[in-house]
Order: sequence, then C-alpha cells, then structure tokens
Amino acid sequence: MAKKTYIQAITEAQDLALANDENVLIFGEDVGKNGGVFRATDGLQEKYGEDRVFNTPLAESGIGGMAIGLTTQNYRPIMEIQFFGFVYEVMDSIAGQMARGRFRFHGTRKFPIVVRSPYGGGTKTPEMHADSLEGLMAQTPGLRVVMPATPEDAKGLLLSAVESDDPVIFLENLRLYRSIRGEVPEGYYTTPLDKAKVVREGNDATIITYGGMVHTSLAAAEELAKEGIDVEVVDLRTVSPLDLDTIGQSVEKTGRVVVAQEAQRQAGIGAMVMSEISERFIMSLKAPIGRVAAPDSVYPFALAENEWLPKEDDIIEKVKEVVNFD
Amino acid sequence: MALTDDNKQVLDFNLQLERQDTSFPMLQVLNNDGEIVDEDALKRADLSDDQLVELMKQMVFSRTLHERSSKLAKQGRLGFYAPTIGEEASQIASNYAFDKGDWLFPGYRDIPQLVMKGWPIYKAFLWSRGHYEGNEFEDVNGWMPQIIIGAQYVEAAGAALGLKKRGLPNVAYAYTGDGGTSQGDFYEGMNFAGAYKAPAVFFSQNNEYAISTPRTLQTCASHLAAKGWAAGLPSLVVDGMDPIAMYLAAKEARQWAIDGNGPVFIETITNRLGPHSMSGDDPLRYRTQDEIDAWTKKEPLIRFRKYLESRDLWSEDIENDWIDVVNSQIDDGVKEADGIAKQKISDFIEQTLEVPGQAAQEQINKFRGEGK
Ligand SMILES: Cc1ncc(C[n+]2csc(CCOP(=O)(O)OP(=O)(O)O)c2C)c(N)n1
Ligand SMILES: [Mg+2]
Repeated sequence: MAKKTYIQAITEAQDLALANDENVLIFGEDVGKNGGVFRATDGLQEKYGEDRVFNTPLAESGIGGMAIGLTTQNYRPIMEIQFFGFVYEVMDSIAGQMARGRFRFHGTRKFPIVVRSPYGGGTKTPEMHADSLEGLMAQTPGLRVVMPATPEDAKGLLLSAVESDDPVIFLENLRLYRSIRGEVPEGYYTTPLDKAKVVREGNDATIITYGGMVHTSLAAAEELAKEGIDVEVVDLRTVSPLDLDTIGQSVEKTGRVVVAQEAQRQAGIGAMVMSEISERFIMSLKAPIGRVAAPDSVYPFALAENEWLPKEDDIIEKVKEVVNFD
Repeated sequence: MALTDDNKQVLDFNLQLERQDTSFPMLQVLNNDGEIVDEDALKRADLSDDQLVELMKQMVFSRTLHERSSKLAKQGRLGFYAPTIGEEASQIASNYAFDKGDWLFPGYRDIPQLVMKGWPIYKAFLWSRGHYEGNEFEDVNGWMPQIIIGAQYVEAAGAALGLKKRGLPNVAYAYTGDGGTSQGDFYEGMNFAGAYKAPAVFFSQNNEYAISTPRTLQTCASHLAAKGWAAGLPSLVVDGMDPIAMYLAAKEARQWAIDGNGPVFIETITNRLGPHSMSGDDPLRYRTQDEIDAWTKKEPLIRFRKYLESRDLWSEDIENDWIDVVNSQIDDGVKEADGIAKQKISDFIEQTLEVPGQAAQEQINKFRGEGK
C-alpha cells in the first residue's frame, strides 16, 4: 500500500468515481483547469473532459440548484463548495431542497448528490472561510454528514458517498489536507457510511471524536498512556446519522467518556453524542461525560485560530478529570 | 403574409443578441498611449491640475502599497492579500469621485479605497493578518472588506435607502468583481436599490478572472453592464485602465443618484495583472504570460504618467520622492501593526453577544483567569 496525503486520497476517489460511473459529474468554482483552490480535482478535467468536470459561475446557490436539477437526468453530481464557510449561500438547496427531496416526493425521486467542501480552522485563511458548521448539517433530517479523519477513510467514504442515493455532505478537514499521510489501499473500495471506528483500543476511558480532532485525540491518548491511563478513541466518521452501537460498546467497556470536537461548544456534534449516551447508556457511566470544544464565540480571526482551537492538553486534562472522578 | 414590424423584431433572436452586443460602447478619455481621445469628456470631468496630481499620487500610493504588501505576504508578515496591480484606475479614480460622507462597501481586493477613505494602513495590515483591531471602523464611512462575494451589493442598497430616508446628500457605493456578478446578491442589491430609487453606485471590476475562472465562463451576457439593465439601472462600460474616464463615470453616476434618480451600475474593463491572492495561486495554470503582457501595456499608471508628463505636471523625480513618502508611511504601518497586543480569547467570547449567556460567561471568566 502506498502512503498518500488526505487530499491525494480525495482526488483518487473522485478519479475512480468518474471512471466507474459515467453519470458522475464534478463541478464547482475553479475545479476545472485549476483543479480547485486546494487541487482536490487536479488533473480530472484533463482526464475526463470539460463535459464531466467543469467550472461553474461564481454562485453557490446555482451550484446546489444545478446539482438537484441534474439528478432528473440520472446524473450523480459531486459538487464542490470552495469553503464550507460559504455554505449559507446554498443553504436552501441543501437544507430546504435536497435534504427534503426524498420525503417530499414520497420516495419517488432520489438525490444522489455529494457536497464536498473543506471545513475547519488552523490554516490562517481569511475571515469567513474557516468554520465548523457540521452541526447545522447534522441537525437537518435528510442529510448524511461524513467527516473523514484519515486518507484511507477519505477515499473509501467518498466512494460510498457517491454510491449513496441520499445527499451526502462530505466535509474535508482543511488542516489535514497536506499535514497527514496514511496507507491508502489501491483501487476501488467503499467504507460504510454508517459505521464509527475504534481507532485506538483502551480500557480506562473513551474519547469520542471526529475529523481533525481524531489526530489530536490520538496524540493525547499516547501522552496519557505514558501516565498509565489507557484510552480508547472512537472516530465517528459519519456524524449524522450516528452509529450508536459502536459508541455504546465503548461506553459500556470504559464507563468514562470525553467527547472532543473542533467546533464551538454550542455547535458541532458533541452535544448530540452526549445526549444519546445519557439516554441510552447512563447506567454504564462511572463519571459525568467530559467535553472538549472550542469556546462559544464567533469563529476567530486567523492570528488567534490556533490558540482558540481545542488542543491536546485540553483533552488530556479532561480525560484525567473524568478518570479521576469517583 | 408578412409579420408586423413589432412581431418580426420580437421573434428575431439574433437581432436581440446583436442589440445587446452593440448597446454598451466603452467610455474612454485617455488612451493606452496617454493621449486624450475626447477633449470634451476631459472638460466634463473638470479635474484641476492639482486634482490630476492628487489622483496620480493616490494611484502611485496604491501601486506602492501593492508592491510592499506582496513582499510582506511572501515573507509571511501579512495574512491574506489580494493584489491590486493594474486596477489602480478602476479602484482609485472611481473612489476619488466620492465624498467622505459617502458609504463605501468594498470587496477583499478594495483595500486601497478604504485606506483613501481614512482606514489606517496598520489596520489594513491587521485585517490581513486576522486581528480584530483591523476590523474596528469608527471614523470611516465604510464597511470592512467583504469576503462573502456579492453581499456588499445588498448591504449597499440598504445603506443607500437609509441615506435617502435620512435626507442626507450622500450615496452608498459598492465594488465587486466580474465573478461577483454571478451571485444572486449582485442582482438583488441592484434591484432593491432600483425599486426604492436609492442613491447607490455599483461597480463591477471586470478584471477578466474570478480566481481561475475566465469572465467568459461566468455569463453569456455580452457585457456585464447588461445585467444592470435587467434591474432597470443606467449601466455603463468604462475603460477601467483610464483614470479620467473612471473618474468621470463615477462622478456623473454619483450626481445622478444624489439627484434622486436612483442607482447606477458601472462595469470597469480592467485586468488582474498579478495572482488572485498570495496564498498559492499560480495564474499560469489557467492563463498565458502573453495575455498578461498584453494587458500590462494598457495599465493605468503608464498612460496617466505619460499624460501628466506631457502637461508638465509630473516627473520621475516627483514620483520617486512620493514613493519614498509612501514607503515611510507603510513602514510606520508595519511597525504599528507589529506592536499591537495579541488577541484575547476572552474578548472573542465577550464580543459575540452584547450580554453573554451563562455558559459563555463561565468561559470568559476561565480564559481571563489564565490571562487569555
Ligand atoms: C460566496 C463566496 N464564494 C466563493 C468565494 C471564494 N472566492 C474568493 S475570490 C473568488 C473569485 C472572485 O472573482 P471576482 O468576483 O471576479 O473578483 P476578483 O477576485 O477578480 O477581484 C472566489 C470564488 C467567496 N469569497 N465567497
Ligand atoms: Mg475578477
């Protein structure tokens, strides 16, 4: 297996999706010749032609609406929103239209659309670009919200997203694009959209997390191991709908839980995970659930992003608090 | 049987396209070689010698700020920077026609106009780096550079309506790019301002590219100005490399709006001679060097310099002395920006709502306790 960056895995998945199914189309701002501003579609227009990989005019609502319209002709659009901070421009297409489509058509129409977009902070983008808006999506019935943490998952989950007949919001962590490498299996494979993954086994506590924070949590777990605290880490992978079985098994095993997210405390997915655990597994808990999240402010200006974002130390501290509770 | 004349015209689609194509001649006063091509238009612009020199100084200021900002960005001493080289007439000469009391709604590339309106250079640098002190706008009738493309148009419409309701003798003016004309907000802003006959002037700086996407992929309208017509606005195409034409168009548009006739739309024909931004854009992935070189010959400083020199209003020495002055202002700006205290996380939380919620207040207290 070859080691690839997160973004290489995403490009590879799109390449395979185009090759595998002639109904797959890729479009968005600058995705053509330029290969997208992050080069996620690098070389794909050249390989598959302007009919299948093309730039759009600069309008996110147009991109979303066009994706919906193309499904009438059985196309399977992968639409790119250049930064997820711009999602408000296309909220009606996403939350008003495609999320409700299956329901409103009483199952007579499908919405096999993938909305790909980079999210998250820590790369010093200009104002309004960085954000963690997965909570908005996850609170919208009718969407699958997928947030891969590794190159291997990015590829397999993206291919599953393209195969899915439901609209999938596929959120790519900006910081991970080029900062991590991982083994990526060759060829076409899919990774299930409804399964979380235990990425580190442990007995003393469970960190439940997703996206960029998976790596921060794993690093925290290594540090904690040095102090004899044996931490399990669950990567949700798909943040809506949640895989409650995997969460439950880990909670029952360790009885001590920390949820960690990059989003603000009032946003993100943490609150949803905590409420599910409280409803279903409260009798297995040996301590109150701990939470690590960014502060409840508007997303900060670039210079302070890294200080604002939750850090390894925050997780370490919270895990200790939960482990030492009795 | 023959169709009536009206019906013939209605059903002649080619004719309609032809009309669109020929409806927008370009306003030009000063050509590429620095020669006046329309003496009457020059008179109508009514720029005194002092004003001509002041305008040139502002444009040289803008070019110098561009050069320094590009370098600072390369050194990692700025954050986001969108080059302005080539767009000095489009930006500065239009802005020069407005009054301090007018409200400016700029895009992220329109930093020079904001600085001309009194936004201190160090704040522009702080904005670029991503520091909240850059976004403090106390004494400037302007909005922070808009990141969400198109939003400045609807907001300008609201400001213009407000100015009208207050009976103030001022306008709101907004800048977007060629790409920006594809956004719904672009049309909504012009349409709202038109519906209320609100005093607004809307600019689309057609620099041929939206990042990598050429103007031809944005729309099949023959001219972006045709989009202004759709909202019922007088819509002009102006040589955006010609400072005199830009000033004249902006001045007359402003007057039209102030006189209660409603908004005006101006498409400026210009070019982005640099990369989209300094964050990794490589123009040669999507355009040729030949194309850039051809536009470079048309850039506004060359022709304006020639013209002013022919009238003995400008010289290399004057320009170099002025560049020295500008550079020292920029040095001061860098120094001041460097000296600003770090942002506090507690401030971020505190500034999110006027009265923080309980959970937020706990976080404020915690961060304050840690000095953050
Ligand atoms: C709503 C929104 N979508 C996308 C972007 C990303 N983006 C930033 S600049 C740009 C191109 C803008 O082109 P144009 O309007 O022609 O202005 P120019 O940069 O050429 O001055 C894009 C797509 C954004 N800032 N806002
Ligand atoms: Mg442009």
